[in-house]
Amino acid sequence: MKLDELANQCGEWLRGAGPESDIVVSSRIRLARNLADYPFIRKCTEQDRRAIVRSLRERITSVKELSKATYIDVEELSAIDRQFLVERQLISRELSESEGARGVAIDNNEQFSLMMNEEDHLRIQVMHSGLDLHAAWQRMNRIDDLIEEQVSYAFHDQKGYLTACPTNVGTGARISVMLHLPALVITRHIDKVFRSLQKISLAVRGLYGEGSQAMGDFYQISNQITLGKSEEELVKQVSDVAPMLINYERRAREVLIRDSEQELHDRVSRAYGILCTAKTISSEETMHLLSSLRMGVNLGLISDLEIPTINKLFIHTQPAHLQKLRGEELDTSERNIERANYLQRHLRKNTRDETPGDN
Amino acid sequence: MKCQRCEKPATFHITELTGDTPQELHLCADHAQAYLAPAAAEEPPESFLGALAQQFKVGQTAAQLARLDQKACPYCGITFYEFRHAGRLGCPHDYVCFAEDLEPLILNIHGATEHAGKRPKRHAQSLNQQTELIRLRREMKEAVDREDYERASQLRDEIRGIEQGSETDSPPPEPA
Ligand SMILES: [Zn+2]
Ligand SMILES: [Zn+2]
Repeated sequence: MKLDELANQCGEWLRGAGPESDIVVSSRIRLARNLADYPFIRKCTEQDRRAIVRSLRERITSVKELSKATYIDVEELSAIDRQFLVERQLISRELSESEGARGVAIDNNEQFSLMMNEEDHLRIQVMHSGLDLHAAWQRMNRIDDLIEEQVSYAFHDQKGYLTACPTNVGTGARISVMLHLPALVITRHIDKVFRSLQKISLAVRGLYGEGSQAMGDFYQISNQITLGKSEEELVKQVSDVAPMLINYERRAREVLIRDSEQELHDRVSRAYGILCTAKTISSEETMHLLSSLRMGVNLGLISDLEIPTINKLFIHTQPAHLQKLRGEELDTSERNIERANYLQRHLRKNTRDETPGDN
Repeated sequence: MKCQRCEKPATFHITELTGDTPQELHLCADHAQAYLAPAAAEEPPESFLGALAQQFKVGQTAAQLARLDQKACPYCGITFYEFRHAGRLGCPHDYVCFAEDLEPLILNIHGATEHAGKRPKRHAQSLNQQTELIRLRREMKEAVDREDYERASQLRDEIRGIEQGSETDSPPPEPA
């Protein structure tokens, strides 16, 4: 599999299936692991870094179940290709932007990726679509066991898996779900949600990392503590909270429909209209409008579009994706034009057959 | 509405939720981009570095803290001072050599100090034996840096001996 092929396909986690996928976009689990016989990244020499990548690569490719994953040398990638993998959520911004020997092994259908020399020597990520944390954990546990047969992880009897930052020590596990919560944002209930989650030590973030900005109304909920609870307990904690948030969002949607259906319908239709007709459009505005559109489709206000199409548009209209799909570098204003073109091609193609009255 | 930082129209409305009370920010595309840009994927929350700085000021006199700051790991060489400022440890052994000093911090972050999750099925060697390699490699690099090649080659042989020993502990790779 080449990076260019990846641009055209759509990751399994975006297929818009799985339980509660109208609100839960994806379920993701990440494990942090370190080799016992090398210093943590901060104290690694370049030679150490190379040895770590070489050793992990060799050992991982000797596991039959993982050997089909494609290894990508992140150090050798262009800035656009690195950004592309970040947009795709296959590598973190930290891995993309750091320096020195580092890499990632990516599963063909994008369900897991293995980052080498990020903050820890190895970070394993498993991603499923919809609310599917228990299955994601089973997959993760199996991958972790397979790698563990090959390497000696840094492990301490009382402290568990040892990590570069004490915030990850113990299980090294970050369990998260990505939720689309537009109605809670519109009704301004999102702050209350955020505060109540903090009280039960869950973290909330915006779509791209820290800062919890409402980019397209996507929020990632994850566990904050990693020590003192088993992986299953952590999975359960996030899995138990997700349905409450889903209900809360659904109720907010019902209230919006009941009290202000006209405005809501207007908002969704305008979003659709702009996305179909704009000649130039920024990535921020696109996110914002696609979010309204996504909610509109889920509420049945728009009937000729499907969620997977919209999920795909969210990813494919990001800067690096546009450039990869176009096959050339574009500056900001060229990207805005290309983005508008892309949206038109994909949204109009979708509607043309079903609007016979259109002339 | 105008951008809060310049004269351009605000097209970006951000609700910042990291503090105690939510804050509304209205920014133009450029300022919004600058505002959102540095977000790394999973940086430790700022509250962690804050807690770290505070943790070691309470209950310790300046003299005690100064002494603690000079403490260094014999394997990777990191000082406690360096850890306090970077928020990252230098090697697995740091959890052992700074154990007493890390304990209150770990309790503060996690509300617990004992691991309750999965364990590696196979315990090849003790952590100390493993981390010995970290110290030897560091010493070898230092020997090369000061052009003491005789010492460096001694150390290299020692490292190879341990590495080969640990490899025979590993199970054979699965047949393809
Ligand atoms: Zn501005
Ligand atoms: Zn150390």
